[in-house]
Amino acid sequence: MLHLALFSFFGAICVAGAINLLAQRHPINSALSLIVVMGSLAVEFMLLGAEFVAVIQVIIYAGAIMVLFVFTIMLLNAGEEERSAGSRIAVLLGVPALLILMGLVAWVLIRQNPASGTVAAGALPGTPPEIGRLLFRDFLLPFEITSVLILIAIMGAVVLARKEH
Amino acid sequence: MSGNLSVGWFVLISVIKILIAVPILLGIVAYTVWLERKLVGHIQNRWGPSRVGPFGLLQPIADGLKLFFKEDLTPPYVHKALYLLAPILSLTLALTSIAVIPVGGWVTIRGARIPLQITDVNVALLIILGITSMGVYGVALAGWSSNSKYSLLGSLRASAQMVSYEVALGLSLVGVLILSGTFSLRGIVEHQLGGFWNWNIFGGGQIVAFFIYLCAAYAETNRIPFDLPEAETELVAGYHTEYSSMKFAMFFMSEYANMVTVACLASVLFLGGWSGPLFGPPVLQALLPVFWFFLRVLFFLFLYIWVRGTLPRFRYDQLMAFSWKFLLPLAIANVIITSLVVALRS
Amino acid sequence: MVPLSYYLVLSAVLFACGVAGFLMKRNIITIFMCIELMLNGVNLAFVAFAAHWHRLSGQVFVFFVMVVAAAEAAVGLAIIISVFRTRETLNVDRVNLLKL
Repeated sequence: MLHLALFSFFGAICVAGAINLLAQRHPINSALSLIVVMGSLAVEFMLLGAEFVAVIQVIIYAGAIMVLFVFTIMLLNAGEEERSAGSRIAVLLGVPALLILMGLVAWVLIRQNPASGTVAAGALPGTPPEIGRLLFRDFLLPFEITSVLILIAIMGAVVLARKEH
Repeated sequence: MSGNLSVGWFVLISVIKILIAVPILLGIVAYTVWLERKLVGHIQNRWGPSRVGPFGLLQPIADGLKLFFKEDLTPPYVHKALYLLAPILSLTLALTSIAVIPVGGWVTIRGARIPLQITDVNVALLIILGITSMGVYGVALAGWSSNSKYSLLGSLRASAQMVSYEVALGLSLVGVLILSGTFSLRGIVEHQLGGFWNWNIFGGGQIVAFFIYLCAAYAETNRIPFDLPEAETELVAGYHTEYSSMKFAMFFMSEYANMVTVACLASVLFLGGWSGPLFGPPVLQALLPVFWFFLRVLFFLFLYIWVRGTLPRFRYDQLMAFSWKFLLPLAIANVIITSLVVALRS
Repeated sequence: MVPLSYYLVLSAVLFACGVAGFLMKRNIITIFMCIELMLNGVNLAFVAFAAHWHRLSGQVFVFFVMVVAAAEAAVGLAIIISVFRTRETLNVDRVNLLKL
């Protein structure tokens, strides 16, 4: 019961944040609502027992990636979003498309769902040692490949953001 | 966590612990300001506060009253909601981190073992890192919403600086984590009990990590020599230029509360937390660890002030180069060496 | 006990909001944030499935998603900054020439 209440409460915050992200016209407001979404998603992860993932979600997503976004918005002094002819068409088509997509994905997911599909609070405690063991044994190759990816991303960012002489 | 206690008792005990911890934290924050003014005064051959009460001891109360009665003004052309949100966010986050810091061992009251800590979580260290990384938003939003060039420059500097030093800070802790094998702060301290040769800084050989941690933590809390975000001589007061009265006080308090958190964390991670000689009757034995812990925290606060009275400020490019070109490689080398030593020993 | 499908529906809603924003928004930074929103929706599905099947791999995948998101943010924001430098606009409708 408590689990359902907490799930619904933070789920509602998530959805409200996501809709606010779409409704706001200033990028900094959108960024803040995205941070709210990420924070309440972290709580949802915590409810599922994935405490390590939840904390990492806050540190990496809310604390590092979104800081980069906010930093860029401040640096470029981005103002209110301009509306153009393209955006009006996109809103007209986009909102129904959004509802259809949402319904479709939800329907597929519910249909594919096995009969005994419930999860208890803290069903699978993802403790750091177990996740580490999995990450460095079973998923060692993907892990190494992502490290190369990160390296390439760093070099790419440096090359792109460098001032041309 | 709650062990043999029922949920109701656990909540009640937690509330009591919060009610004890928060006023003490705020008191420490207030008297750190007094200590800072007094010590910096003596370093600069002045007396510091000396009028209000003996040795100026009532000065924090006078300061608080003064800030409280100042006009609370909101400049025109600010983004109102975010302008209000920023100081609240800063202070809330700064006070939250105290929740996972252990100040002592266990006390037994009527057969129930209660940890001297608001709550013991097994990802406590990561939670503190998460809270500090969210702290950037208070500074960034304050500068952006103030709609003033000094504030904006200050907050741009602050966000870049805090993100950069967060990397070095996080990596400097990995050595300690490898040695103790847990994220729980209580577990980390219990791993270091039994004499100063067991402390991570000596026995664990984490002295380099300790240095990196201190540098990065000073930068994270925007203190001299890394106080570029609020450099008075160039930026008036940086991100909080446009703030007055209690809103300014909130930023001020959050800065000092962050200093206290850094001091607590440094004691827990590197200096053995509450470990120290125990003697005397049972009551004294229960309270002595808290005293030893407090002594370490005081030492770090003193160090903060000492450094402030001694070192000049970095230039901005030096600040960035120091983080990325010096602290980061050093931290990585420390991680590699520590893990090698641990692997060879086992 | 919460049905697994509730989590999946929440994840679908977040994903759909991301897609809609990606199509509707005109500010390049906001569009980019919508991509992050989609990734977040997917992460929730991963963690929910991990809890349901009692397999930790679901949680490990979230890390890979985060790493990719971080790399993407670094490169993407660098591209945004260089686009802004040359065109002085963040509106995607105005970024319609391959070469200036």
